[in-house]
Amino acid sequence: MKRVYVNEEWCLGCHLCEYECAFANSGETNIVKAFKRDRKPIPRLHVEDAENGIHFAVSCRQCEVPYCVLGCITGALSKDEKGIIHIDENKCIGCRTCMLMCPYGALTINNNKTVTKCELCTNNNQEPACVQNCPNNAIVFEERE
Amino acid sequence: MGINLLYPKYEVIRNFDRCIECRVCERQCANEVHSYDPELKRMVADESKCVDCQRCVALCPTRALKIVETDNTFKKNVNWKQQTIEEVYRQAESGGVLLSSMGNPQEYPVYWDKMLINASQVTNPSIDPLREPMETKVFLGKKPKNIELDEAGNVKTILEPQIELELPIMFSAMSYGSISENAHKALARAATKMGTCYNTGEGGLNKELYQYGEHTIVQVASGRFGVHPDYLMAGKAIEIKMGQGAKPGIGGHLPGRKIGEKVSQTRMIPQGSDAISPAPHHDIYSIEDLRQLIFSLKEATNYSKPVIVKIAAVHNVAAIASGIARSGADIIAIDGFRGGTGAAPTRIRDNVGIPIELALAAVDQRLREEKIRNDISIVVGGSIRSASDVVKAIALGADACYIGTAALLAIGCHLCRKCQTGKCNWGIATQREDLVKRLNPDIATKRLENLLTAWNHEIQEMMGGMGINSIEALKGNRLMLRGIGLSAKELEILQIKHAGE
Repeated sequence: MKRVYVNEEWCLGCHLCEYECAFANSGETNIVKAFKRDRKPIPRLHVEDAENGIHFAVSCRQCEVPYCVLGCITGALSKDEKGIIHIDENKCIGCRTCMLMCPYGALTINNNKTVTKCELCTNNNQEPACVQNCPNNAIVFEERE
Repeated sequence: MGINLLYPKYEVIRNFDRCIECRVCERQCANEVHSYDPELKRMVADESKCVDCQRCVALCPTRALKIVETDNTFKKNVNWKQQTIEEVYRQAESGGVLLSSMGNPQEYPVYWDKMLINASQVTNPSIDPLREPMETKVFLGKKPKNIELDEAGNVKTILEPQIELELPIMFSAMSYGSISENAHKALARAATKMGTCYNTGEGGLNKELYQYGEHTIVQVASGRFGVHPDYLMAGKAIEIKMGQGAKPGIGGHLPGRKIGEKVSQTRMIPQGSDAISPAPHHDIYSIEDLRQLIFSLKEATNYSKPVIVKIAAVHNVAAIASGIARSGADIIAIDGFRGGTGAAPTRIRDNVGIPIELALAAVDQRLREEKIRNDISIVVGGSIRSASDVVKAIALGADACYIGTAALLAIGCHLCRKCQTGKCNWGIATQREDLVKRLNPDIATKRLENLLTAWNHEIQEMMGGMGINSIEALKGNRLMLRGIGLSAKELEILQIKHAGE
């Protein structure tokens, strides 16, 4: 399946992907409006910055064997037929078991205290926003072996 | 030292209604203009450090930023312009030579803009390049005076080595050191894809780039950095750099802090040592000496590579070119006074040399008069800004053009003219690793390819309009040009008629 990959060689650590991700998932039509709300929207990926100048964006790997789904006590997390892992906010009780299980630290708590994660922008019907807006093509959406 | 008399040249205008404090501007500014004030809970800027490179403006996701020239003015004075006064202040402060980079930005006439191109009407049909073949291929090198055949009718004449180009545009010399590894990679790949050449400049050639050798011109300059037999053999042609348009008559100086491990290996000098290119070649004091170097290089490469001699356009350029044509060089490259540089003394850049248009016309005319024009090809550079400049250059007598600044613009350069600081926010004129990685060569290669493709289309359109279907038929075809607003003397030098004649 097509996944989001990061070529850390080209990641500038500008963090634009975080802002574009949060905006894309905010339901707003204007990025300024999205961030001028009392509660700023939460991104579903985050950029790791190491002191030696290495940066890369971390988002859900859409694992073949998803520990988050296996560990979820309410069935809020599920894997669809394409292999994308979705979260159902209505079922999530915010117990954070999935966050402890995830080997990549790719899950986040949203403003409403439920877990949120990258669903490859399938929830907002576009190519992943982080990929579209990366200024240096460091984030790509492609099929790899 | 007392009062700072310099007021910041630019102002950072931030629209706080739009700013979302994402701090991209702060992270992307190598000059450290932007920062976040946690007490004010807003972004602040120190505009005294701003060089107007536009990186923050381009990356701001909400378009909250713009950089404007300050309207703070000294009392108006036509003779003592603000910049002139500021330069005096700067020198009084530092005691040093003023440094600048990229091409001469002063208000001198641009002759390209005072020449108009012809088109066919009624009596000679124009040609549609989308429907009919249109040849932009050029060969650079010595052309035989006549063709000799043996008894069987086979060609006996041995053709001197040539550079074959799919279009009459090459990337001019920019050394690894003055520009980044990623910029070099992009130039090499784009030249290969488009069937043209890029030029190593005087900084040697990274082994990784030997694979693009068929599309590489390797340079031998006064510092002889990185010159060894493999290097000479790696390229398609060898260029001896005698001078550069931005700084005729003076050498170069790449500061030690830019000589990291890779640059040091490529240039074959110790890490951290200054790379100083002397003003003259210490073994060249005459055309005869130049001939010796040309033939040493030809000997070293088994006469398989054409040799280019690059000079800056200076006052008696035609006589110099005539000497070069007789010295055994295959190609002469002439760099006009608007040519770019990674660093040059401001006074030299802004006051030395002559426009490439006049130099080209004078050289082509002189070589024709002396009947040695076919002994040498002419390549011109020094501010070729568009496809129409290329067409005009060829009509004035050039075989091909070098583009440097236009190529850098294509990959993001905003001509802030601060290359000498080594803090290029676009990852081009820098060796700082965190900045170099900002230029993804995949993106840059594509943009360079696009630029050349677009220009080639435009060249074909203009040729078609003139009813010409081969670039060879445009070469030196000065009847296709008319001057506008030029004096009789200028027209005489350019050997073109005035519009209406």
